[in-house]
Amino acid sequence: MKRVVITGMGIYSCIGKNLQEVKESLYNGTSGIVYDEKRKDFGFRSCFTGQVAPPELKKLLSRRERVSMGEEAQYAYVSTLEALEQAKVSQDYLNKNEVGILFGNDSTAKSVIESIDVIREKKDTTLVGSGAIFKAMNSTVTMNLSTIFKLTGVNFTISAACASGSHAIGMGYQLIKAGMQEMVICGGAQELNMLAVASFDGLGVFATDQTDAAKASRPFDKDRNGLIPSGGAATLILESYESAIERGATILGEIVGYGFSSNGEHISTPNVEGPSRAMRKALDQASIKPEQIDYVNAHATSTPVGDANEAKAIFEVFGPKGPHVSSTKSMTGHECWMAGASEVVYSMLMMQHSFVAPNINLENPDEDSEKLNLVKKTLDKKIDVFLSNSFGFGGTNSALVIKKLQ
Amino acid sequence: MDKTEIIEKIHYFLVDEFEVEEDDLTPEAHLKETLELDSLDFVDLVVAVESSFSVKLVGDDFKGVVLLQDFYDLIERKIS
Repeated sequence: MKRVVITGMGIYSCIGKNLQEVKESLYNGTSGIVYDEKRKDFGFRSCFTGQVAPPELKKLLSRRERVSMGEEAQYAYVSTLEALEQAKVSQDYLNKNEVGILFGNDSTAKSVIESIDVIREKKDTTLVGSGAIFKAMNSTVTMNLSTIFKLTGVNFTISAACASGSHAIGMGYQLIKAGMQEMVICGGAQELNMLAVASFDGLGVFATDQTDAAKASRPFDKDRNGLIPSGGAATLILESYESAIERGATILGEIVGYGFSSNGEHISTPNVEGPSRAMRKALDQASIKPEQIDYVNAHATSTPVGDANEAKAIFEVFGPKGPHVSSTKSMTGHECWMAGASEVVYSMLMMQHSFVAPNINLENPDEDSEKLNLVKKTLDKKIDVFLSNSFGFGGTNSALVIKKLQ
Repeated sequence: MDKTEIIEKIHYFLVDEFEVEEDDLTPEAHLKETLELDSLDFVDLVVAVESSFSVKLVGDDFKGVVLLQDFYDLIERKIS
């Protein structure tokens, strides 16, 4: 079995458009949440959202390339450019080597709705234009990026709700570990518009208190009242240890465990057993004891039941003297399909720069979260190994264990 | 609409939307080789023509349309 390392990262999120900006926001506990008035008029119950500016791609990509890209693919292109640059992977390298791509994505709502609206109005399918189909398919990110970067390895999209990005990294890890690929571009992307999350808002799981955008996402706090939708994209360059050494790449971290499970229960309500089983599997695979984990990046989205059950699961796995825990969703909101990848980037930045980002807005832990070693204020601390949780609708769970290269 | 106006409108969307170089827009320009329009771009030409001239083209309309001059002629025929 091959060792799998991370040699590049890129991020485009509501707390920063690149690694440097995001690192600063994480350290300073800066929220990326805003109030979107348009949502109120549209019929939303909760109008808070993460916000990112659309990237300017006209100078970077041809028209032919751009017309096939919806916003999730655009975000992913930008984060992938940054990741490839950090990994020192050139287009020439991509042309000469079989590099794959696996991204997590689970919707293209805006592209689908807008194109169907055109057809309804014009009563002619051709008038929707040539890019509509490529924007509307769920594999839009991998389809576009594999074409733009001329990739010749594995090429597909993982749809696993809010664990999509994490499973994409996990699958990339497995393929490299098994010797089937030397390098895979992994990540997660999430469209950020009200059409994508309107029906999600309808479930009543978004933050009900609409008084203060920056304070609305409060994972683990007893007064939490729902999640805040968000989005963007995150990319990680995974490769075999041998490949990284041969290229002379800087190794940022090593993936040592990927645990997955399914709850086998309710479609939207998470349980305790599934997540704890995923965490245990990741730790077992990594041959790492729970007490060796320095930091857990929790999935916690700021919903009453989800956070409570994750707190129970973390306590069950790590016990009373567990690792430091925080949910970066307190700053970013819930980046959904992207979250599993972005939160690995956030945790990697913490490991690189020796700090734990705060779980902002955590004023009063509830009875489950008070048993955890939650980080309310930025903590300067060396991290050697961390675990990142991601869970999704349908009861899909993923836990990744990543450590500094020894 | 006279021929000059038709050509102006075609040139406008070819430059503005299809990002074709203005200097390449001669009647002898080959749509595929000179202007580098591919099969998917022809779908978008249908959209641009509908938007600019309120005329709906179908795939068969492009039979024999090789040069930009052929395209001018096609539009002129369709709107007459």
